[in-house]
Amino acid sequence: MAYSDKVVDHFNNPRNMGSFKKEEDGVGTGMVGAPECGDVMKLQIKVQNDTIVDAKFKTFGCGSAIASSSLATEWLKGKTLEEAQKIKNTDIVQELNLPPVKIHCSVLAEDAIKAALADYQKKAENK
Amino acid sequence: MKFPIFLDNHSTTPMDPRVLEAMLPYFVEKFGNAASRNHAFGWEAEEAVETARKQIARLIKADPKEIVFTSGATESDNLALKGVLEMYKEKGNHIITSATEHRAVLDTTKSLEAKGLTTVTYLPVDKQGMVNPQDVRNAITDKTILISVMLANNEIGTVNPVQEIGKIAKEKGVLFHCDATQGVGKIPVDVQAMGIDLMSFSAHKIYGPKGVGALYVRKKNPRVRIAAQIDGGGHERGMRSGTLPVPLIVGFGKACEICEQEMAAESAHLSNMRDRLQAGIMAALEESYLNGHPTHRLPGNLNISFAYVEGESLLMGMKEIALSSGSACTSATLEPSYVLRALGVGTELAHSSIRFGLGRFNTEEEIDYTIKKVIEIVTKLREMSPLYEMAKEGVDLKSVQWAAH
Repeated sequence: MAYSDKVVDHFNNPRNMGSFKKEEDGVGTGMVGAPECGDVMKLQIKVQNDTIVDAKFKTFGCGSAIASSSLATEWLKGKTLEEAQKIKNTDIVQELNLPPVKIHCSVLAEDAIKAALADYQKKAENK
Repeated sequence: MKFPIFLDNHSTTPMDPRVLEAMLPYFVEKFGNAASRNHAFGWEAEEAVETARKQIARLIKADPKEIVFTSGATESDNLALKGVLEMYKEKGNHIITSATEHRAVLDTTKSLEAKGLTTVTYLPVDKQGMVNPQDVRNAITDKTILISVMLANNEIGTVNPVQEIGKIAKEKGVLFHCDATQGVGKIPVDVQAMGIDLMSFSAHKIYGPKGVGALYVRKKNPRVRIAAQIDGGGHERGMRSGTLPVPLIVGFGKACEICEQEMAAESAHLSNMRDRLQAGIMAALEESYLNGHPTHRLPGNLNISFAYVEGESLLMGMKEIALSSGSACTSATLEPSYVLRALGVGTELAHSSIRFGLGRFNTEEEIDYTIKKVIEIVTKLREMSPLYEMAKEGVDLKSVQWAAH
């Protein structure tokens, strides 16, 4: 199976790879997937005044999973929390030209975004 | 060095130029049908086929008359299992095989089971992928007509104790089929000493052409009979009809002849390169685990799991090296290698496995390049892996509640 140029580019030059400290103020962390399924994504956002000012990821998974999470961090930066909620896995599929067998990678990325947003909200409410 | 480097010699092998040379006259000039009994074209083709039959039989210590040509090992496996089951149905319908067989065997037994034609015992293997002959003995019932155990595994290279299994089969009067596709030409095979009654193998795994294989069918002690699965002109003593592909058979014969002459030197060379690859990688990368048997394995095989990184992404990071992974990220089921699972390798480590298949034309320079590249990409992907990060922080990954999808 051939990968699209965009997947290869994200895989070779991942954007925003790394981690924030989970406890840090304004940081939301989403971790989805499971090692036995062959995919685990950790996606983190840093929020100031309801806007995502930075995002980072770490992913265990195939090239498409890595590319999906890398792309997600790129898209998240600069978005408001409300805008971020609207990112759909189908947008990722389209942007990366993912074949049918790789759609689950984009689903996982959407789940990771939602999980990071929920984590941020929970932390904000508990403050 | 030429790129890409081919390190996937269990999937197929490049044809040896000497094989091609032997085949060439049989396309245009000597094109006869080996079954044409009445003219020189036919005689010439028949003679070439009989020469190849001898070369092939010699490699496995069989009689040339015991070689039945097929389209490849998959067909041979099918013919052996279905042919025996149909021929010996009065005697019983129980087959014993193992969990790590190639799908050409497992899918055949499953399809026969689904049709209600047989009951099958799938023997487990040990942690290194080996079938225990004692398990074979214990599984035999008065309905058992066939034992089918592979010589060497295509993923992990583990070589089974075939000789002991053959002995048990003889003692119990049960036929023994061996799928020897990965073993023939790589390690010594002797159908007499090993007590094998039927054996499947093919040309393209041993530097011969694709599209031709053989089924060895024992002629005496006992005389094995199989029901043909393809009807027609009664070729191959009625066991497999169809015009013989003379150029392919000539190539198959030549490939066997070369293997026989060069096996000792080639196997030593491959083992050396494999050991160098293994040592180079495993010394540099913590938490890399060898899959399969440390010593009873094919000379050119190496299978390693790299904890915390996924196999397909490893392959993607080494595009200039042709390799294979036990990860199943592209399969619809998301199930990783059933062979590694049968060894008790955890699912996550099965996803992280890479199979290196070394062959006749690999060089030490290529091996050294591969070592460097593997270390580089595993290190890079571990940096990217949340699992590696957690493990480094001291989190026990097994204690984490994962949101499985």
